[in-house]
Amino acid sequence: MSLFDKKPEDTGRFVMGNEAIARGALEAGVQFVAGYPGTPSSEIIQTLSEAAKTMNIHAEWSTNEKVACEGAAAAAFAGLRSLSAMKNAGMSVALDFLTHLSYTGLGDRGGAMLVVVCDDPNAHSSGDETDSRWLAPFASAPLVEASTIQEAKDLTRWALDLSEEFKCFVMVRGYTRLSHASSTIRMDELGEFNRQARSDSSVAINPYLGLTHHAAVLEKLEKIRERFEHSPFNVYEGPKKPELIIVCGGSGKPCAGEALESLKLRDRVGLLKIGTLWPFPRNFVKKHIGRTQALLLAEEVDPFLEHQLKDMLADNPVENLRIFGKRSGHIPGFGEMTPDRVIKALSALLKVPYSRRSRAYQKKLSQISSDLIISRGLTWCPGCPHRASFWALERAVKTDGRDGYVTGDIGCSTLDVFPEGKERMNLLHAMGSGTGLASGFGQLGPFGYTQPVINVCGDSTFFHAAIPALINGVYNQSNMMLVLLDNSATAMTGFQAHPGTGFNALGRPTEKIDIEKLCVALGCQTTVWDPFDIKGTVATIRNLLKKEGVRVLILRRNCEIVRMKKEKNKPFVVVVEEERCKGEECAVCTSQFRCPALFQDVKTGKTKLKEDICSGCGVCIQICPFKSIKGEKRA
Amino acid sequence: MIRLQEDPMNMIICGVGGQGNILLSRMIGRILIRKDYRVDIGESFGAAQRGGSVFSSLRVSRKKNHGPLIPEGRAQVIVSLEPLEALRMLSFYGNPEVTTIFNTQPVYPVGVLSKRVKYPDLERLKTAIAQLSQKSWSLNAVEMAMRLKAPIVANIIMLGALTGTGTVPINLDEVKAEIVSSLPPNRVELNLKALNMGYEAIG
Repeated sequence: MSLFDKKPEDTGRFVMGNEAIARGALEAGVQFVAGYPGTPSSEIIQTLSEAAKTMNIHAEWSTNEKVACEGAAAAAFAGLRSLSAMKNAGMSVALDFLTHLSYTGLGDRGGAMLVVVCDDPNAHSSGDETDSRWLAPFASAPLVEASTIQEAKDLTRWALDLSEEFKCFVMVRGYTRLSHASSTIRMDELGEFNRQARSDSSVAINPYLGLTHHAAVLEKLEKIRERFEHSPFNVYEGPKKPELIIVCGGSGKPCAGEALESLKLRDRVGLLKIGTLWPFPRNFVKKHIGRTQALLLAEEVDPFLEHQLKDMLADNPVENLRIFGKRSGHIPGFGEMTPDRVIKALSALLKVPYSRRSRAYQKKLSQISSDLIISRGLTWCPGCPHRASFWALERAVKTDGRDGYVTGDIGCSTLDVFPEGKERMNLLHAMGSGTGLASGFGQLGPFGYTQPVINVCGDSTFFHAAIPALINGVYNQSNMMLVLLDNSATAMTGFQAHPGTGFNALGRPTEKIDIEKLCVALGCQTTVWDPFDIKGTVATIRNLLKKEGVRVLILRRNCEIVRMKKEKNKPFVVVVEEERCKGEECAVCTSQFRCPALFQDVKTGKTKLKEDICSGCGVCIQICPFKSIKGEKRA
Repeated sequence: MIRLQEDPMNMIICGVGGQGNILLSRMIGRILIRKDYRVDIGESFGAAQRGGSVFSSLRVSRKKNHGPLIPEGRAQVIVSLEPLEALRMLSFYGNPEVTTIFNTQPVYPVGVLSKRVKYPDLERLKTAIAQLSQKSWSLNAVEMAMRLKAPIVANIIMLGALTGTGTVPINLDEVKAEIVSSLPPNRVELNLKALNMGYEAIG
């Protein structure tokens, strides 16, 4: 049985949360989907792109999240059902459009639109753990959140109906422990994909004359709140008169349930799960909290529900009600929700003793293992062109001697800032910000700034947000150099296509945007080089550093994972000649170059090759100062 | 027939990014689902793929579905594709009743290459894992996979070993069926060989 079966059997299917969201959208007859990759959201558009190969659906990787939302909104304005998906950081990019879209609504053509935003509490794969729930009130958009994989499917489908009924986009929040969890779901029938798109050109839609629009939005949100009061996704389970009620959203529910079972508190504690987070279903909540005199808010990252609840209570005071959560210090104000966090809070509040394991085991554990467990840093893969690029950049900046300043960007190049990177990036922020920052630093000459300014940016990030900043640099005559690491992939998130790859989301050939021509057209001094030529790259960077104005150096080499999948060979057969290797005295290849395929043999102290992971890129042959690493080029 | 010692059975499958950890947890999940167990898997991937520690948590039950996260100290089985990662997971999820099955071939963290940290002494590491588990099995799955000239199948060798220990309610025929149904036809023979190798290493 496939995830795309029209009439699935009742046996259920084992799927990931993001696949469930995609299936829900398919059951609702979604016909236009767009997004920009970002963990943990990427599999939603990936799955829908697979579906689009055989169904009447348009799927695309857009250049950024704002464009993705605009595309999805266009489809909704023309009467289709649409979806855009992104990670938390991406929603900030889309926000300017979305705040306006709330004011206008989706028009009268009967379309619908979801904005699926997947948060990454704990920042497993993100620069931050920003809680996008706050963006719902900010953008005047209804917000829903699932607690199980089954609900992720059902809620997505329900939210598209809601969007169509109220002619506004609906925010669906995912999070790492939903998006990347798997379970068995029952699937329903697929929707119809037969709507025809058409615009009504006799009507003008815009957010201007904002006051009337705003008043209408408030009225609409109030109606949606009334609907939310009776939503099937808001549930109370537990005793009629519990000692305490845990109030939670989707992510808190499984953790709270686990805690109740671990502490055997099902008879004493109730669980109030809210799936329609905003507008807050205050009457539903008010009705249920009347059962008790103590509440524990089990939510991750920010106290969003806590704010909503306390706001409701300010209007509807309940006597002798005690509220515990982030403000009381029972739940930490950062990080993801876990069963242990709820267990700890409940154990303290209800004085139920709990130990995760015996004291004797705990003692043994710290005695035996404390000095054995070392951290495992992230690093570039063997054969990654970024390792070579950063190696050359470091040398060029050092020999240039003017204390060059490097701004970075988001993607695999970001691995530079981790403890085992080259630590060459001095400043790193959001997508494309490295270019904007470089453009700013490059204006500081009149204030005594003499350091060369270099921005390192990947190709997908370049298309996403760096281009306007680069234009800014040219237009305002900044002194900066953009080193564009062009590996022809959105590698960090799973090798999705982008405008420079020549393929679209469905893997079909499309117009390939020529980065080099684009930079030349913008008026940048543009050079292309192969980062695997270490000497040449160092010399090129040094030359360019001496010049003025906006310079672009494109370091072009395919991502090794992509290359290996296609070519299935090692370009070089690498051998370490033990007699020549100076071992620990030198250690340039191991302690400085840090390719995971090279290590120092404990017995001899000399470098050894891990053949099973060596990609045969041949870069280590060039960086060995004693020429002890040799390689034969394969025919 | 092997039964669950506890319901839910909590299982950790861990290793280093790129070792085939996710594939392994999915295969075990699918086998158990075919036997009418309720299975939930939790994973975090993304940046961690780049040489970092990765693990999946499996919750297996006869009664109902569970959340993807295992409470600390509550794993019954840990399968590790790397010795240091086995100990790391024991420190979070271990308890006096846990069973650990691990591959003894280290994958050095890049911090070891750069000499920022030293990889622990392998013998001490192995002893620690054994002392912190009620039962433990170890094998050098990478070396065995190299004998098949395919380091990539070390995870399937570990799956064979896990099946051989009898700690999880799956048998060799069920795993074979899963390999045949989920892997590309030209990979089946190699993986069946690897499976048997791991199974026999334990038996």
